[in-house]
Amino acid sequence: MNLTLKIWRQKDSKTKGQMVDYKVTDISEHMSFLEMMDVLNEQLVNSGDEPIAFDHDCREGICGMCSMYINGEAHGPDRGVTTCQLHMRMFKDGDTITIEPWRAKAFPVIKDLVVDRMSFERIQQAGAYISVNTSGNTQDANSLPISKHAADEAMDAATCIGCGACVATCKNSSAMLFVGAKVSQYALLPQGQVEAVDRVKNMVAQMDLEGFGNCTNTGACEIECPKGISLENIARMNREFLKASLKG
Amino acid sequence: MSVLDSKVPKGPIKDKWSNYKDHINLVNPANKRNIDVIVVGTGLAGGSAAATLAELGYNVKAFAYQDSPRRAHSIAAQGGINAAKNYQGDGDSTYRLFYDTVKGGDYRSREANVYRLAEVSANIIDQCVAQGVPFARDYGGLLDNRSFGGVLVSRTFYAKGQTGQQLLLGAYSAMNRQIARGKIEMFNRHEMLDVVLVDGKARGIITRNLITGEIERHSAHAVVIGTGGYGNVYFLSTNAMGSNATAAWKIHKKGAFFANPCYTQIHPTCIPRSGDYQSKLTLMSESLRNDGRIWVPAKIEDAKAIQQGKLKPTQIAEADRDYYLERRYPAFGNLVPRDVASRAAKERCDAGFGVNATGEAVYLDFAAAINRYGKEQAKIQGISNPSEAKVYELGQAIVEAKYGNLFQMYEKIVDENPYKTPMMIYPATHYTMGGVWVDYNLMTTVPGLYCIGEANFSDHGANRLGASALMQGLADGYFVLPYTIGDYLSDDIRTGKIPTDTPEFDEVEKAVKDKIDFFLNNDGTKSVDHFHKRLGKVMWEKVGMSRNAKGLTEAMAEIKAIREEFWKEVKVPGSGNEMNLELEKAGRVADFLELGELFAKDALVREESCGGHFREESAETDGPQKGEAKRNDKDFAFVSAWEYKGEPADAILHKEELEFNDIELKQRSYK
Ligand SMILES: Cc1cc2nc3c(=O)[nH]c(=O)nc-3n(C[C@H](O)[C@H](O)[C@H](O)COP(=O)(O)OP(=O)(O)OC[C@H]3O[C@@H](n4cnc5c(N)ncnc54)[C@H](O)[C@@H]3O)c2cc1C
Ligand code: SF4
Ligand code: FES
Repeated sequence: MNLTLKIWRQKDSKTKGQMVDYKVTDISEHMSFLEMMDVLNEQLVNSGDEPIAFDHDCREGICGMCSMYINGEAHGPDRGVTTCQLHMRMFKDGDTITIEPWRAKAFPVIKDLVVDRMSFERIQQAGAYISVNTSGNTQDANSLPISKHAADEAMDAATCIGCGACVATCKNSSAMLFVGAKVSQYALLPQGQVEAVDRVKNMVAQMDLEGFGNCTNTGACEIECPKGISLENIARMNREFLKASLKG
Repeated sequence: MSVLDSKVPKGPIKDKWSNYKDHINLVNPANKRNIDVIVVGTGLAGGSAAATLAELGYNVKAFAYQDSPRRAHSIAAQGGINAAKNYQGDGDSTYRLFYDTVKGGDYRSREANVYRLAEVSANIIDQCVAQGVPFARDYGGLLDNRSFGGVLVSRTFYAKGQTGQQLLLGAYSAMNRQIARGKIEMFNRHEMLDVVLVDGKARGIITRNLITGEIERHSAHAVVIGTGGYGNVYFLSTNAMGSNATAAWKIHKKGAFFANPCYTQIHPTCIPRSGDYQSKLTLMSESLRNDGRIWVPAKIEDAKAIQQGKLKPTQIAEADRDYYLERRYPAFGNLVPRDVASRAAKERCDAGFGVNATGEAVYLDFAAAINRYGKEQAKIQGISNPSEAKVYELGQAIVEAKYGNLFQMYEKIVDENPYKTPMMIYPATHYTMGGVWVDYNLMTTVPGLYCIGEANFSDHGANRLGASALMQGLADGYFVLPYTIGDYLSDDIRTGKIPTDTPEFDEVEKAVKDKIDFFLNNDGTKSVDHFHKRLGKVMWEKVGMSRNAKGLTEAMAEIKAIREEFWKEVKVPGSGNEMNLELEKAGRVADFLELGELFAKDALVREESCGGHFREESAETDGPQKGEAKRNDKDFAFVSAWEYKGEPADAILHKEELEFNDIELKQRSYK
């Protein structure tokens, strides 16, 4: 198929960006979206132009690097996939595709489609861990039975890949789904209880500091999240936060 | 005697590590505050090392090319991690894990290292659970296990199909705790471009800030490389797009010997390639072989009809299917080790029985498992005489709970529902057992320079068993390196900060800058990918699953020619003082173009078949093992450690003879 691409180009964080039109031809429906971008970039390099910078690494939906806002949707039109897992069979010959970076105050653009997600790092540094030394002198793993249900639920929360699609999708640029998932993983496990109060308070405080918006329960994040992180995690974080506030 | 000293401690194998730990030099906590350690890479190996060293009190500087330590390629590991816990009571033990690993590695690994790995494996699970890693559990709340290829016990711990992700998030959380305390200084989006030696010791690195393009100097008392494997030398592999050999290759050029480059794992269960535009290959976890049965049509006319799209797999009667692994290896069946499974798939496809348009695919079929689980569930739920549809529904639910994310991934890529029709799979490059040579302390041949995780030549010999890389990465980082590096650093308590304004740093930095300038001004005509793809094609065709002297000799010459053309014709747009992804790729491919030639040379010299390295000249010619790989212990029971001497073809071979005192050398049989 032949396509018209409208892509955000921005030299660096200080320069203003703009949408630029490109054409690609002979795109196979079996290609992944990023392979289509490879074709365009090869074309640009061959004609002596600068290729489009975009983040990607694993190309199998797990590292959380890739981050494109395609036709007004984070990770594009398919559901339950990252940009790298999106395939061209979702598009048809003659389509025009708009490709932008994540847009949020807390995710400044670095170049073209690459954004800075260090705010997510700092939120996790504020408390997304259990303070146990890696000495190996811990108790036997099976001395602490954990119900399968709790373990599975913690796992569901822990599958968040930290991509930031939830923020990019949210009209308020709220990071509640991401932070909710991180808080939930620990809240659901007995190992997480000791530091529960400080963890949720510190992480929420850091989230506010970073300039993410408030949650107004629109639920768009859950729909666009490639890993199916549910809104239940936000509710759980709110409960944890309330509990923590009451404990002072 | 060889210049290689493996420094394996004396004494019985089961006491070596504890005796060693009892007698090494320690650094007291106050002195640790004055010692800096650089850790390059934040995968399971680097991440766990950085966190542990920081906890111990060292000042750690950690580096990753991604925008977060959590995005290292370890994140993509699916199936699981081994540990000799014997929770299933099926006879597992430290010895058995040790034995399986040495045998699985086709008797080409260092016994003492493997034993230590098996010994600390149980601790890894304890550690990860304490950190909150949500491993799969059974209904009683205890940890669940599954089986992987090449073993007869269930010792693999897992977190759905995302074990690597969860383990890495565990190490990452430990890192975050230390980053918050200021004990780890994290440099994301930084690429190490060379190592700096002062008086023969590793004392620093030169990096490029991938956002600003700035070239930076970092010093430390020791440098640890945990930058992963070099599978991308094949262009197509299951590695991440950015996975590279640059750090490992750069230290090789500065004196670290490179061991067994030809030992590469071609993983049997990957999604077959679909076209020339393909940028990477996707693994379908080996855990699927617990329940999936691998087959091709038994009749060539059926295979042809399938290739032409005239017949569907579900239309082929049971009797007309060739479950070739079950046929050839009745004892291990679908769970033979990876190298064996891959070659068997290639053998069937080469004989014309492949099952997609390219003829390069075999089936991985879950119909039997769905049926079996469905019946079991019907019984558990007290449903008598369940309909076929009901059995299917119940069985599908179980398979989905076990492998749901893998099935979904498959469907997204191939656009076929693997619950209804068998998956198609084909071998692909996945892991590199070879790597930087290290001694028992995980130190390279350069003092103060360590190498851990997939980047070293490691504990897996000529073939790694499934779920053992995660184990090794975390063992190195959490439990081994923190001891061994202390022994070395105890000499450095009075050294003081290593200055970076010295001629040694000047010189290396200048070389790095010159290279970048060269790329940007080269005015060539071809993209970096153009060369990378050509290199990959030579590697796959001549240095792939099956190798021979003629092909390897040609490969060396062809790779050299591509490399020469690369330096003349490569084109890198943009500038150096900004984010420049083409420039990053150029540096990495330049190194692959050298490594690839050494790889072929190593394969040429090793005139035996062992593990992932199959030399056509060295196969059994008759008897029950006819056609199977033939090892030659008399002449080749050694590690090949290569010393850099300019051109890859001029590298000098040093041999570390392997001694087997605790395991008898045998032909590996999975029949
Ligand atoms: C798809 C897939 C599935 C797998 N599944 C399993 C499994 O189920 N069980 C199992 O045991 N093993 C599995 N493996 C193998 C295992 O995941 C890897 O061998 C292991 O994770 C490697 O860890 P590592 O820490 O050595 O390197 P990596 O995780 O690759 O980390 C490399 C690090 O180095 C950094 N880096 C690289 N180069 C530079 C540079 N020049 N400068 C700065 N930083 C650099 C990167 O940023 C990254 O942080 C799998 C591998 C793949 C590809
Ligand atoms: S919650 Fe979902 S969308 Fe948000 S960062 Fe995690 S995986 Fe991405
Ligand atoms: S590139 Fe890793 S999730 Fe898309």
